Amino acid sequence: MRDQELKHIGKPYNRKDGQEKVTGQAVYVHDMELPGMLHAKCVHSPHAHAKIVSIDTSEAEKVPGVKAIVTGKDAPYRVGLYMVDKNLIATDKVRYQGEIVAAVAAVDETTAERAVSLIKVDYEPLPIIHNVDEALEGNILVHEDLHTYEHMAGVFFPQKGTNIASWNRTLKGDVKKGFEEADFVLEDEFSVPAVAHVPMETHVTIAKADPYSDKVEIWSSGQSPFAIRQLLAKSLGINKSDVHVTVPYIGGGFGGKAGIHLEPFVTILSRAAKGRPVKLKATREEEFNLLPTRAGMRTRVKTGVKKDGSITAMEIYHDWDSGAYADYGVNVGKTAVYSGAGPYHVPNIELHSRTIYTNKVFSTAYRGFGHLETHWGIERHMERIATELGMDPFDFRMKNALKPGDTTISGELVYKTTGSPTACLEAVAKEIGWTGRKTEAERAEELKTGKIRGKGLALLQKAPAMPSYTSTAAIMQMNEDGHVKVMIGAIDMGQGANTVMAQIAAEELKIPMDDVEVVWNVDTDKHPYDWNTVASKYTFMGGNAVRKAAKNMIQQMKEVAAQVLRCHPDELEHDNGVIYHVHHTHRQIPFKKLAMGYMYENGNGIGGPVIAHGIYMASGLTNPDPETGQGRPGLVWTFGAHGVDLEVDVETGEVHVLKIASAFDIGKVINKKLVDGQVLGGVIQGLGSALIEGYKFSPDAKLLNPSFTDNKIPTAKDIPDQIVPIYIEDPETAQVDGPYGARGIGEHPMISVPSAIGNALYDALEIDFYRLPLNPESVALAIANASKKQ
Amino acid sequence: MCNHNGDSCFTYKDSGLTKIELNCVINGDKVCELVDPTMTLLNFLHNQMKLFGVKEGCGEGECGACTIMMNGKAVNSCMILAVEAEGADIVTVEGLAKDGELSTLQKEFVEFDALQCGFCTPGMLMSSRALLDQNPNPTVEEVKEAIAGNFCRCTGYFPIVDAILSAAKKEKEESK
Repeated sequence: MRDQELKHIGKPYNRKDGQEKVTGQAVYVHDMELPGMLHAKCVHSPHAHAKIVSIDTSEAEKVPGVKAIVTGKDAPYRVGLYMVDKNLIATDKVRYQGEIVAAVAAVDETTAERAVSLIKVDYEPLPIIHNVDEALEGNILVHEDLHTYEHMAGVFFPQKGTNIASWNRTLKGDVKKGFEEADFVLEDEFSVPAVAHVPMETHVTIAKADPYSDKVEIWSSGQSPFAIRQLLAKSLGINKSDVHVTVPYIGGGFGGKAGIHLEPFVTILSRAAKGRPVKLKATREEEFNLLPTRAGMRTRVKTGVKKDGSITAMEIYHDWDSGAYADYGVNVGKTAVYSGAGPYHVPNIELHSRTIYTNKVFSTAYRGFGHLETHWGIERHMERIATELGMDPFDFRMKNALKPGDTTISGELVYKTTGSPTACLEAVAKEIGWTGRKTEAERAEELKTGKIRGKGLALLQKAPAMPSYTSTAAIMQMNEDGHVKVMIGAIDMGQGANTVMAQIAAEELKIPMDDVEVVWNVDTDKHPYDWNTVASKYTFMGGNAVRKAAKNMIQQMKEVAAQVLRCHPDELEHDNGVIYHVHHTHRQIPFKKLAMGYMYENGNGIGGPVIAHGIYMASGLTNPDPETGQGRPGLVWTFGAHGVDLEVDVETGEVHVLKIASAFDIGKVINKKLVDGQVLGGVIQGLGSALIEGYKFSPDAKLLNPSFTDNKIPTAKDIPDQIVPIYIEDPETAQVDGPYGARGIGEHPMISVPSAIGNALYDALEIDFYRLPLNPESVALAIANASKKQ
Repeated sequence: MCNHNGDSCFTYKDSGLTKIELNCVINGDKVCELVDPTMTLLNFLHNQMKLFGVKEGCGEGECGACTIMMNGKAVNSCMILAVEAEGADIVTVEGLAKDGELSTLQKEFVEFDALQCGFCTPGMLMSSRALLDQNPNPTVEEVKEAIAGNFCRCTGYFPIVDAILSAAKKEKEESK
């Protein structure tokens, strides 16, 4: 479809939820109260690894107003999306400091807290696994029964008798031969700490378990109501259809609210309280220390290159510090199998991605799904290879970046319509005025001012990480006034899905945006299925489903109109809320007259209420081969690049970012205002990972910074002077099977922001950084150490 | 955390002490309520007055989600006791729109897409309102300073800064 024919696609409409959110009318689960509702508070483990010897709840039970107390023995259930490894409440032993050991439901929070303070728990401390190296030694096990855990077989590979929750591999080409062909080999090690999602609304759940049946009602801040339904039912051994989940507005997710969290546990409390609704609202401290994080990660990478700069072979170990559980974490690890070497053509590669248990707060999905972490290592490593070769890092990347005809590390063939990483790199290099690395003379001159500027580039890629058979659907109903209500199973947590889906519906139905509404309050009993609102997949998958639903709606109306107008449905067109004959255009029927079925003047009726649906299922995807990782896992790739121009204070180590240019081969921008929002917000979240954020643990593996005082996110004063979003909308490289050519972009903006900043710091200082965050302390120390060496 | 009870700051606890009468003005309405002397202003507004636009993000004065205006100043309502509001003039996000029409500031937030999930938005609006009341012509740096205590994880702040600057300009035109 040519752009000039599009009425709504490509228009920067304001988000549909804007007014409710600026007036305080938008209701979140945080704000909800139900009749008879109880409040829950939890007892947390003070130890990182310990046996639970005994729990004495007798004093707590005596507190008036306490309606239920549960401990591990009351909840012999495990839960998990990909690896069923997580107890609802710690049973027999605790695996991280902060884990729930017991909980109380009481008439108010005061009473619940008082009761919690009276629960006595005796622990017998066990030796602690602090990091992946200790975990790999395997002398102490976080999960003794790992080999018995249910998991997606053939996709994840738990290693019996070890701390490895899954060991996934890629093997492509002949790695030995590849390294023999190399003129030069470089080895590096990089790492990132665990980082918090920090949704402004902490996790919250209200559960109401019918005492006379298996029925459970859940109100959750989760971003995946259908995953909650499925996993809660599975965990508690009840029918999926007995679980009813509602998700109203949610205050941010970023992956941390995907899958399932507090819901089954609160259900147990409600059952114990004889069916009264129970609300558990995580404190900010619990958000940091009970609920999951982004995993810490270490990359060990070795690459062979020829003198001309072409990569001949790579060997990579990505080791993920997943903490005490890996129910979702194993799938983060799996993505490295097909995406863990960046958007490069690597003819021979051996890659190992190991998701590893330690005794720390556990990990889960996080915007970027492992890619910020892998790209930190890979894109810094590529920069160092270019340096060693004496090549311009721009030229080195252009030479090795994926091009049509290449294959990815998992053997996927790259088409022109897969998108273009090089177009993105060229765009950002131009935008930041990249002319090659700074010279020694320039650096010396700038050093006199106490501040040195540096520029850096980095590439990025990501495809949705999800089961190969992921599906979604849309239902569309027309009201008597010709307005259309669309129901989808995805959650609009601010990314703008509901506005974008309304634009797609309006485009296909050819009606004004005001006549379309995507229904909020996703309800698993009423809304159609969607797997999880994750993976930057919804514009693509949901967009295709909504498009099909709209076409189906038009077809239904045409079939009735054809009878009335006595013609074939193929002779009918639609526009401006009417169905009309393609030639005799005055012969027409308004949508309104068809919405509930058409009524003739004599009273005869035909047709019926116009209700349409559309589906989309990921097609042609396969699981990676267990031995080689080869397969077709990428539904839709989005490539991108960042260019950074920054200034570093050589005295304080403070980094001030002047400009970040970010380009994405997005195919088609459906709503620039909303896409800009994803880019600006994502880049700043990436900047947080680059410069500020990170978990710190004590020697006994207790989280040292579980609050905003010591674990901050960027504020308005931390943002760069300028961010320049650039969208590649080249019909030649657009996504042919995406809606209007569009690809996903929700997660991509934060990937490789740290890499580009690290590369710019090298340009400024000629110092290589290997660990995040690049806070003033680490930068100033590196500068001090470098000057000592000279 | 959590040696059982370390995370209590987030929630309201009834102290059992004799309730105290609180007289104040909220969004233009005179209010007379009996409040627990240990109750925070945040809990009073959210739980007792049911003004759900006052959000709790951390309960310890770090994130700004609960920002309201008290006697013309932007304050974290989680850091103030309800009884301290005696005689005060309080404005929450619910008090910004007049006669069913959004204020210029609210309209500019929507226009510039200065919100995504919306959870920080009420607090962000109140910090902005207090700024523009005190300084109708703020510079970019002054805007950033004024909202530096309000965390937003979604927008990256750029659209918020732009919305506030645009609102300042429009309000000036409107007042002419």
